[in-house]
Amino acid sequence: MLKISNLHASVEDKEILKGINLEIKAGEVHAIMGPNGAGKSTLSSIIAGNETYEVTDGEIVLDGEDLSELAPEERAHKGVFLSFQYPVEIPGVSVTNFIKTAINEKRKANGQTEMPANEMLKMIREKSELLEMDRKFLSRSLNEGFSGGEKKRNEIFQMAMLEPKIAILDETDSGLDIDALRIVANGVNKLKNENNAVLVITHYQRLLDYIIPDFVHVLMDGKIVKTGGADLALELEEKGYDWIKQEQEA
Amino acid sequence: MSKYTEDDLKVELENKEYEYGFYTELESETFPVGLNEDIVRAISLKKEEPEWMTEWRLEAFRAWQEMIEPEWANVHYDKPDFQAISYYSAPKKADPNKTLDDVDPELLAMYKKLGISVDEQKRMNNVAIDIVVDSVSVATTFKKTLNEKGIIFCSISEAIKEHPELVRKHLGTVVPQKDNFYAALNSAVFSDGSFCYIPKGVRCPMELSTYFRINQGGTGQFERTLLIADEGSYVSYLEGCTAPSRDENQLHAAVVELIAMDNAEIKYSTVQNWYPGNKEGKGGVFNFVTKRGLCEKGAKISWTQVETGSAVTWKYPSCILKGDNSIGEFYSIAVTNNFQQADTGTKMVHLGKNTKSTIISKGISAGKSQNSYRGLVQIGSRADNARNFSQCDSLLMGNNCGAHTFPYIESKNTSAKIEHEATTSKIGEDQVFYCNQRGIPTEKAIALIVNGFSREVLNKLPMEFAVEAQKLLEISLEGSVG
Repeated sequence: MLKISNLHASVEDKEILKGINLEIKAGEVHAIMGPNGAGKSTLSSIIAGNETYEVTDGEIVLDGEDLSELAPEERAHKGVFLSFQYPVEIPGVSVTNFIKTAINEKRKANGQTEMPANEMLKMIREKSELLEMDRKFLSRSLNEGFSGGEKKRNEIFQMAMLEPKIAILDETDSGLDIDALRIVANGVNKLKNENNAVLVITHYQRLLDYIIPDFVHVLMDGKIVKTGGADLALELEEKGYDWIKQEQEA
Repeated sequence: MSKYTEDDLKVELENKEYEYGFYTELESETFPVGLNEDIVRAISLKKEEPEWMTEWRLEAFRAWQEMIEPEWANVHYDKPDFQAISYYSAPKKADPNKTLDDVDPELLAMYKKLGISVDEQKRMNNVAIDIVVDSVSVATTFKKTLNEKGIIFCSISEAIKEHPELVRKHLGTVVPQKDNFYAALNSAVFSDGSFCYIPKGVRCPMELSTYFRINQGGTGQFERTLLIADEGSYVSYLEGCTAPSRDENQLHAAVVELIAMDNAEIKYSTVQNWYPGNKEGKGGVFNFVTKRGLCEKGAKISWTQVETGSAVTWKYPSCILKGDNSIGEFYSIAVTNNFQQADTGTKMVHLGKNTKSTIISKGISAGKSQNSYRGLVQIGSRADNARNFSQCDSLLMGNNCGAHTFPYIESKNTSAKIEHEATTSKIGEDQVFYCNQRGIPTEKAIALIVNGFSREVLNKLPMEFAVEAQKLLEISLEGSVG
């Protein structure tokens, strides 16, 4: 599904990603862990097409198509979704209006007609229930005055509505209390199927108690230095990252 | 590479020609340029006005001659040469006795281009329109329905002839002839405009609407609007403006007077889309407008404006809250782009007890434009328990535009409660990227963000206007993000 090869990227001449290789197949959950400044969020931004970063080498291929030359919205239309670490506020634009616009833009790009209003409402109802969201929430301005937990829940709600092929969850657990974490993780698990994939980017292991990864990768200094199963996350939680660094240097 | 960047958007928008920039060949009768007492008399004579009206105009003209053009606004432009303007231009074929079917087909075609075909409007459910092309009102519809309710809705020229007692009693009572330079000029030379009277206790069953349009080259337009809502009545009035594209600046100095008697309510909505000049700042309309309403006891006046056009705007729709318990409201969206300059806001003058006012102003600046909010909240010594809430928000697009806020507050009563909130924000790259990531392209994302920013004001517009206003905002937006 998603294949990243030899990805190098920099911002203002500073190289941040130094040759990332990663292959994610349909039906899989991958986790990327690593210390602060390792390049985790840079990787997610680059997959989504953020032009702040310059890709200097390598490629990102989704279902056989190179994404490199595509604008962020075109990548979104092809099924890339990023749950932001810090979702932005858009005052005066309701959650409902925003998601309606997003869905119809995607449908338009894929040669479909706009989603009929009743179908949209039905879908909104289903997905908001899945994430145990208050209906009143949907008429509020996007992310304006939302708590940390509400913002993240709203991200996963949008993911549920847009039904992406590959969902990248960037530090989705940060700012969540344990109940919100459970709801969000539960939502992700329910949305997971044989045809899509999830890439979880996280500092801590606790989200991985709920969203069980098939693979855990350790990202350090712009490179994936170690790959393992779900138990690698537990090991990292227990021992920190230093031992990997030492292992590298050895 | 099919990638559509912000730069592409910028280029596309800059090349987008003013949509209403066409010129209709109509045979017009135009006065020679220049202004003196003879011209003022000639205008009055042309319009077959009674003697008192001619005198009223002359009085204004004499005052105007002694006045100086104001310079305090935050706008810079070459002052118009008032002796180089022709003060009267009427489409020649206009004849009040003709029916719609007799109207110059070219004129009707022009309405169609503007999307206000009279035929269509006639059939359209609740909008009665008094259309002003240049100076003479050529078609008034829905008169019959309004007549049954005793509502008078006609051109001001007709009102002067048919209802002189009403006009004479109220004209200039809210905006006196000598109020300011442009109001004095308007009082002397106003060519036409609308008049409306809603009788006691009558709720006007439809939105009243006027479309103004400047057509003849080199002519100024000086409309005069007088709207009287008698005790306990209600009216919602829509004013829409478009003007064809021109190279030289055109002067527009209108006066609007609203009178809301005891417990009456007037809702006055404007969409102003006059030619803003080209992207180099050449041409465009000078819009120097005086709009003011008077509220008697328990009355309410609500101004809503969406200002996207004109090269220079100088406009402060205001409310005099004379009666106890009266309410004034001002909701405004002002968009400036390229070299446009807007200095707009409101005055809320609290004279009566328990008077309330609300001001919501949304300024959006792009390109190299300058957008200023200027407002005055004045609480008189007898205005016990007066309340005001003001909110001024500015949104900047790009790095070359300016947003300014000049709020003035004067209170002579210690029981007054005045609140003022102001914010300035910029459309962030992060907001645009967020929308992009959800599949929303940049131009659509900007429209979405701007509409969201303007939401509180757009919601105040009547439905049929809100849609047009939203479209206008999208068309008017130029400039880059970040």
